Amino acid sequence: MVNVQQALEQKRMTEVRQETPRQPTQGAVAEPASPTAVGIDDLSLWYGHKRALTNVSLSFGERKVSALIGPSGCGKSTLLRSINRMNDLIAGVRIEGRVNYHGINIYDRSVDPVEVRRRIGMVFQKPNPFPKTIYENVAFGAKVNGFKGNMDELVESCLRRAALWDEVKDEYKKKSGLALSGGQQQRLCIARALANQPDVILMDEPCSALDPIATLKIEDLMRELVKDYTIIIVTHNMQQAARVSDYTAFMLTDEHITGQLIEYGPTEELFTTPKDKRTEDYISGRFG
Amino acid sequence: MTSLQTSAEKPISLKAEGGVARRQAFSRMSTYILAAATMLGLLVLAFLAYDIIKLGGGRLSLDFLTSYLQRRADDSGIRAPLLGTIWIVGFVVVMSVPVGVATAIWMEEFAPKNRLLWLVRVNIGNLAGVPGIVYGILGLAIFVRGPFGFGQTIIAASLTLSLMILPMIVIASSEALRQVPPSIRDGSLALGATRWQTVWNHTLPGAIPGIMTGTILAVSRAAGEAAVLILVGAAGIILRDPSGINDRFTILPVQIYSWTVRPGDQFKPEAAAAIIVLMVIVLTLNAIAIVIRNKFRRD
Repeated sequence: MVNVQQALEQKRMTEVRQETPRQPTQGAVAEPASPTAVGIDDLSLWYGHKRALTNVSLSFGERKVSALIGPSGCGKSTLLRSINRMNDLIAGVRIEGRVNYHGINIYDRSVDPVEVRRRIGMVFQKPNPFPKTIYENVAFGAKVNGFKGNMDELVESCLRRAALWDEVKDEYKKKSGLALSGGQQQRLCIARALANQPDVILMDEPCSALDPIATLKIEDLMRELVKDYTIIIVTHNMQQAARVSDYTAFMLTDEHITGQLIEYGPTEELFTTPKDKRTEDYISGRFG
Repeated sequence: MTSLQTSAEKPISLKAEGGVARRQAFSRMSTYILAAATMLGLLVLAFLAYDIIKLGGGRLSLDFLTSYLQRRADDSGIRAPLLGTIWIVGFVVVMSVPVGVATAIWMEEFAPKNRLLWLVRVNIGNLAGVPGIVYGILGLAIFVRGPFGFGQTIIAASLTLSLMILPMIVIASSEALRQVPPSIRDGSLALGATRWQTVWNHTLPGAIPGIMTGTILAVSRAAGEAAVLILVGAAGIILRDPSGINDRFTILPVQIYSWTVRPGDQFKPEAAAAIIVLMVIVLTLNAIAIVIRNKFRRD
C-alpha cells in the first residue's frame, strides 16, 4: 500500500527547495499558482479501439475549483473519471500516461483503485443516493473504510458541511435519501463523499439535473468547500464555470484529434482573453 | 388553409366521427376481449377449485394430515407424503438457492464479459427449458445409482430437484440484479467500497425482491413435481416418519397420483383432499414471496 502522507510531505519539501520562478507556459499546458493536488501527465485513453483522450497534460491546484468545459464528446467526463479510476470499471479501457496524486502515479501497478477512490471522492451527474436512510447514506463510505470514531458526529458534521443539516436534522435517521428533492439529494451525495475525508472531490456536471435555485445552492457550497478541498468539476454550463471556478480547462474533439486539451488557465483570463481561437469561438457561443 | 376557412364558417364538432370513432370503438372492444381472456383463466381455476373442494373438502381434518396410509380410505391420511414434501422442499431450498444466487452474482457482477460468460449464460437458459423428466433420468443415473449411489432416498430426490430448478433461480436472480441501476454501483464504488461490499450492501438488497419471487416460484414448481420423483424412486407406501436423508420417501404429488390411478372411486376424496393441501402449500409459498417483495420495496 502507498503511504500518501509520507509522499505528500516529501513532495512539499522538494517544492520548497525548488522555488524556481514559473516558466512561461508552453502550448496548452499551464500550471496553477498553488501547489498541485492532481497532476495529469500525457494521459491518453481508449475505449476499445476508439480513442477518447489524446496526450492531455495539466495540473489541478490544491484547494481550487477547476472546471473542465467543452462541447459534448470532448472527453471532459472521461478525464474526470480517470482521476479516481472509475474508467477501470468499463470493459475494454486502455490508459497510457500518468495521473499523479501526492507524487504517486495512480495507474501504477502497486496502486489499488479502492485506495484511490476513498481519497478522491466523486459526485455524479444524476443524484444517486442509496435507497437507504440519509444517515446510512452518509455513514456508508466511512463504514466500508473501517471508520472507528463516533459515527453520529461524523454524519452530522458532513451533513452540516454539505449545507443539508438544517433541512433534515429532524428525521435524518428515518427518512430515505430518495425522499429528498433533487437538489437535496445532490447535497446528500456531496455529504456522502465528505464522510470519507477525501482531499479531492470530482463533480461530473453536478447541477445538470437541478433547477436554478438548487444549482445556486450547490455552487455556493462549492465555494465554501474549496477552502478545505480540491474540487474538479465538469460542466456544460459556461456561466457556471465562470461563477465557481478558479481555473478552467477547455477541451475539444476535432476531426483529427479526439479529447485534447486546448487551453488551460485562470478562469478570468480564459474567459476574457482566450489565447486560442477555438476557445474564443466556443466561449462566445459560435459552436458547441 | 381551406380547412381553417371552412371551420370558421360552420362551428366545429368535437364528437368522435369517422376514423376517430372507428379507432375508439376498436379500443373499447379490446378492453372487453382482454378482460374476457383474464376471466376465462379465473373461471377455469374457480371451477377446478370448486370441484376439488366439493369432493375432498369433507376429508380435510387434522387426522387426515397426521395419519399414515390405511387399508380403509376413510382412515387414511397423508402424514408420510406431507413430511416427505416438507423434507425435500427444505433441502431443495437449502441446496439450490445459495448456489443459484451465487452463480447469478458472479455472472452479473464479477465475471469478465467475454465469450465464456456468454456460453455459460446461453447454457443456463437452455437448461431452464429442459423437461423435468430429463432431470429425473439424470438423477436416477447419477444420484440414485451411478457415482453417488444414494439409492432411492430423500437426498437423491432433493439433489435431483435442486438441479432442475437451479437454472430458473439463476435466471430470475440475474434478471433481478440487472434491474438495480448502475448509478447505485458507481456511487458505492466511488466511495471506496470494494466490489463485494457494493454487492452485499447495495446490489443484492436491491435485487432481493426479484430473487425471492423467482426463487419461490421455482421452489413451488419443485414442490408440485411428480414425474421426476417417480423416476428417482418415490415409494408407494411409507408407514413411518423420515428420520434422515437416507430414508425412503414419498411426496404429495406422487401420493395424489397413486390414489387417482387406483381402480374404483374409493380413494378419490382422499386424492382431492391431498390436492387441496398441496395447493395451500404452494399458495402459501407465493404469499410469502409477495410479503417479502413488499417489505423490501417499502424500505
